[in-house]
Amino acid sequence: MRFAVNGSERDGEPRAGQCLRTFLRDHEHLEVKKGCDAGDCGACSVLVDGVPVHSCIYPAQRIEGHSVTTVAGLGTPDELHPMQAAFVDHFGFQCGYCTAGMIVTASTLHEEQLGDLPRLMKGSLCRCTGYRSIRESITAGVAAAGETASSEPGPAPTTESGQTDAAHPRGARNLGSTGADERPASLIGRSVAPPAARRVVTGTEPFTFDTATPGALHIKVLGSPHAHARIRSIDTSAALALDGVELVLTHHDVPAMRFSTGRHEHRTDDPDDTRVLDDVVRFVGQRVAAVAAITAAAAEEACRRIVVDYEVLPAVFDPEAARTPGAPLLHPDRTPADRVDEAGRNVVAALHAGYGGDLDEALAASDVTVAGTWQTQRLSHAQLETHGSIGWLDDDGRLVVRTSSQVPFLTRDELCRLLDLPQDRVRVFTARVGGGFGGKQELFTEDLVALTVLRTGKPAVYELSRTDEFVRTSVRHPMRVAVALGASSDGRLAAMRVDVLSDTGAYGNHSRGVMFHGCAESISLYTSPVKRIDAEAVYTNNTPSGAFRGYGLGQVILAVESAMDELAIELGIDPFELRRINAIREGEVPLGFFGEPEHDIVPGSYGLDQCLDLAEQALLRGNGVEAPAGEHWRIGEGMAASMIATMAPRGHVSKTTVTLLPDGGYVLGVGTSEFGNGTTTVHAQIVATDLGTSIDRVQLRNSDTDGADYDTGAFASAGTTVAGKALHAAALALRDILLGTAATLTATDAATCTLGPDGVSAGGRLVGFAELIAATPAEHRVGDGIAASAAEYGEHRSLAFNVQAFRVAVDVRTGVVRILQSVQSADAGTVMNPAQCRGQVEGGVAHAIGGALYEEVMVEEGRIQTPVFRMYRVPQMADIPGTEVLFAETSDDLGPFGAKSMSESPYNPVAAALGNAIRRAIGARPYETPFSRDRVWRLARDAAASAPPISTA
Amino acid sequence: MDLNTITGYRYARSRGDLVLDPTERFVAGGTWMFSEPQLEVTGLVDLSTMGWPALEVSDDGLRIAATCTIAELAAIPEHEGWTAHPLFFQCATALLASFKVWNVATVGGNVCRSFAAGSMVSLAAALDGVALVWTPDGGEYRMPVERLVTGNGTNSLAPGEVLRAVEIPAHALRARTGYRKIALAELGRSGAVLTGRVDEDGCAVFGITAATWRPTVLRYPELPDAATLRSDVASADGYYTDPLGTEDWRREVSCVLLEEIRQELAA
Repeated sequence: MRFAVNGSERDGEPRAGQCLRTFLRDHEHLEVKKGCDAGDCGACSVLVDGVPVHSCIYPAQRIEGHSVTTVAGLGTPDELHPMQAAFVDHFGFQCGYCTAGMIVTASTLHEEQLGDLPRLMKGSLCRCTGYRSIRESITAGVAAAGETASSEPGPAPTTESGQTDAAHPRGARNLGSTGADERPASLIGRSVAPPAARRVVTGTEPFTFDTATPGALHIKVLGSPHAHARIRSIDTSAALALDGVELVLTHHDVPAMRFSTGRHEHRTDDPDDTRVLDDVVRFVGQRVAAVAAITAAAAEEACRRIVVDYEVLPAVFDPEAARTPGAPLLHPDRTPADRVDEAGRNVVAALHAGYGGDLDEALAASDVTVAGTWQTQRLSHAQLETHGSIGWLDDDGRLVVRTSSQVPFLTRDELCRLLDLPQDRVRVFTARVGGGFGGKQELFTEDLVALTVLRTGKPAVYELSRTDEFVRTSVRHPMRVAVALGASSDGRLAAMRVDVLSDTGAYGNHSRGVMFHGCAESISLYTSPVKRIDAEAVYTNNTPSGAFRGYGLGQVILAVESAMDELAIELGIDPFELRRINAIREGEVPLGFFGEPEHDIVPGSYGLDQCLDLAEQALLRGNGVEAPAGEHWRIGEGMAASMIATMAPRGHVSKTTVTLLPDGGYVLGVGTSEFGNGTTTVHAQIVATDLGTSIDRVQLRNSDTDGADYDTGAFASAGTTVAGKALHAAALALRDILLGTAATLTATDAATCTLGPDGVSAGGRLVGFAELIAATPAEHRVGDGIAASAAEYGEHRSLAFNVQAFRVAVDVRTGVVRILQSVQSADAGTVMNPAQCRGQVEGGVAHAIGGALYEEVMVEEGRIQTPVFRMYRVPQMADIPGTEVLFAETSDDLGPFGAKSMSESPYNPVAAALGNAIRRAIGARPYETPFSRDRVWRLARDAAASAPPISTA
Repeated sequence: MDLNTITGYRYARSRGDLVLDPTERFVAGGTWMFSEPQLEVTGLVDLSTMGWPALEVSDDGLRIAATCTIAELAAIPEHEGWTAHPLFFQCATALLASFKVWNVATVGGNVCRSFAAGSMVSLAAALDGVALVWTPDGGEYRMPVERLVTGNGTNSLAPGEVLRAVEIPAHALRARTGYRKIALAELGRSGAVLTGRVDEDGCAVFGITAATWRPTVLRYPELPDAATLRSDVASADGYYTDPLGTEDWRREVSCVLLEEIRQELAA
């Protein structure tokens, strides 16, 4: 049939059941993304004859004679559509995966519809930004399109090199942090647009699957129907007999070796309890077999033809029951040598610690005590690009894996171990990654792809569906956290007890790290003479838990900060004041689990005092938003604080290179991934500033085991503090080489020479790069350029702080919680890129509002009840209020240019602050997230029923 | 998503084309069909080529073709005396589906999918909508939509029967109406959709959808008082719990929001 795409006539025959999305991708329109494949997220939006549709639920059969416009048809990187230009100028994306569909949708809107944006954009989900920058982008884009339409058509105006003026950072305050380099050429503290911005907004920046894979086999997986079962036998003959099926893998065909899908710098951090395919399945949906076939349809059909005989085993779903004697054991044969502490009672990790004396005595001696138990839920990362990877053999027969990962180097290392290959026989790299949030600090797809490629010699693709994401990746660890606090009447803490039960599900993944980290800065933020911490992470037959933004802190902070609020209420002390009384002071080193100072923390700056003041003042100031009318609306304010170390403990390594080319361009070799964290922008800013050049002269070769020496990975918010610091050192080393060479050439003092975009000014003349390279000592020469390397090992960590405050209105009749004001103050050190850093904070707050009010992966007997976005409530634009982002003025001694990490931490105080606001609004405290409308309504109803009658004296 | 079990796709242009093989299914907009795997289905019969006029207005009322898109219905022009007109757009907004889905999804598809949260069912239940059903033997019959839908995702259509249209009687179009929707998120998939209507003769009709397994319609000769309405709403059958809301909350918000509608209609 004939149809048109972006003005070009095309010819093709879609399959009977094919959707338009994949049909367009078959025609190499890879700008059409898949987020949900079910019409819920909007990433695949295109125009059909000018009308916007979700192409994933549009029958391809109907496209005959019609004309399709994708985001690439709206404009090109050189000639942006006004809406595309607006998304560049207003930082309307982070990972950029939703952006294609977002812009296509927005391009159809008119000025008079702007008041109805939340409804019009409800089918366009963004997981990264928190929507404020998208609202601004759309508003500006609609206005610009109107102007363009009324004047002459042509490329849309955008500010030069996509930068916005840092002096006018729309809506954020106190962006002029200290510590920025003062030289005029400095790009530090400037809102430089991401290097990929123009490609992202035109759909031309490739993500993981945006590459042609001719001849690739499609991998599909058969999942277990049982929560716990032993496979007695498995018959794959009918599957293998099917046309197009090339390989079926079962537990008979894969390495017996156990590993952990969770990846860390030290592989011994995580329990070796997982096989590629196992003869025992421990959760519903666990891989039983994998099929590789020449079409997805054949692979799916082959999976349905595999006959498995299961011996169903008893299962346990509740973590308390799981650690009780007599419970079914999930991994009875694992030992502490595998990093499973007590397999005999399903305990992966246990921490029993404390200091200062007997906790019960200290509580008994306190003037005031409070206690409570909080429960958090399972959450899906819901990054819009699902997990997946593509593998092939390169010309040397080396295994190459292109994957959607935060940790390409760690993935390579573990693949080498599993497959018994040397490191130089495996290359792992990422394209731009469509969001991560911790979910891609795991090895969920690369093992099957690698095995298929090695067994068949053919390229192979394994791309998860959205439902696969819910069923067989990972969720945030649900935790039950009990807190008891004792204090003197003047508000000083005397005793603090925290008891944590973490449900890791069927496999240990990140359970150990999450448990230990969760109990660290959440508790060490406060000084108490007596502390007691008991924590256990427990196996159950639920879907596995894994790394998730905040890495355990958010769950424990919910409990600690809520208990602190309760203490403030009991004492009649302002909650901000209670934190000032008890929080760690400037220069103080936080204490570890046994009261020992944390040896690797070097507090390089302190901004908690400013954060508390900023948030408190913002609430006092108000924002002019009035509560809805009616006495059923109750108003409350709440706040919470959080602390985070600026990188992961026990080392985070980045080995980087900066190479000068003869034309004055620089190539950065850095291992970390870009998935919306904005690190590529910050890295370019750092190097351009150090080397006195412009941002367009800096190219990144990132996230490729061939492109950099090594990088632990893009997690623990390390992109700036580790990789950025290493690049800073490499750039300065390169500058020294260049200045030294110029000084020698001109017989001047290197101190009088300056490096600029075209060479070094020395001795009254400009020494060009060609001359410099020719004169540079051979040991620095790489190819026709000069390279310098530097590494950062993350041996010392600083501290960063966040304070969140809310004013909410709660409808006690229905449980509706309306956020009237949201404020977050952040201690980010030098704010390297104000627009991006503001976006990280806004996105973190939005992500956490989702977890606090809306989202829950519901499970019954191990079966996921919410396996699609229409059941799992990722916040829409309508759900996220604007957040005032206030930066403390600090500069860190450790971070590059005084910067600190600010990606995960904005998430951490949000749920507690919301719970505290709800508590103060309705007089009853919510203890279980999400604080959904039904739960809040029930709380308010019960509180009203038990409240004494209001006296009207 | 790609429906890889489907090997046949044919367009229906006459009633003769509407005879289904056992594993064939009708598709109208296709937006639900393509949103989930359909492992039992091997062929689709596309109704969009039947040429049914989307909206037909007569003295008897409004006939909405099953293939009328949600977008067309939401944008229906107001006719003289149609005080119920706001309900068309309001009920469309009760859908989780975006306006982009409205451009393709159909009224008939939403009714035949028969989800509790299907707001074309809410609309029909609010306005005494009647389903015109074509039977495989060439016959037809009419049944109120509130009875056609028998549960959350089930209806009384027999295999091979096709919904031709939903007919809204003129008296309902001339009624004064009220509308509320609530979900666990502001614009999320509905936990409860509440409608109210007072006809020119004073009769009052209240509809509860999304909150109960199947449409609940309460009819009164005149606007009831608050206590009567609350009592009837609270004692209605079929409130349920799923990830989109719990049974007790659905019951209570139905009481609260229908009372708001009652007060509006009383004013």
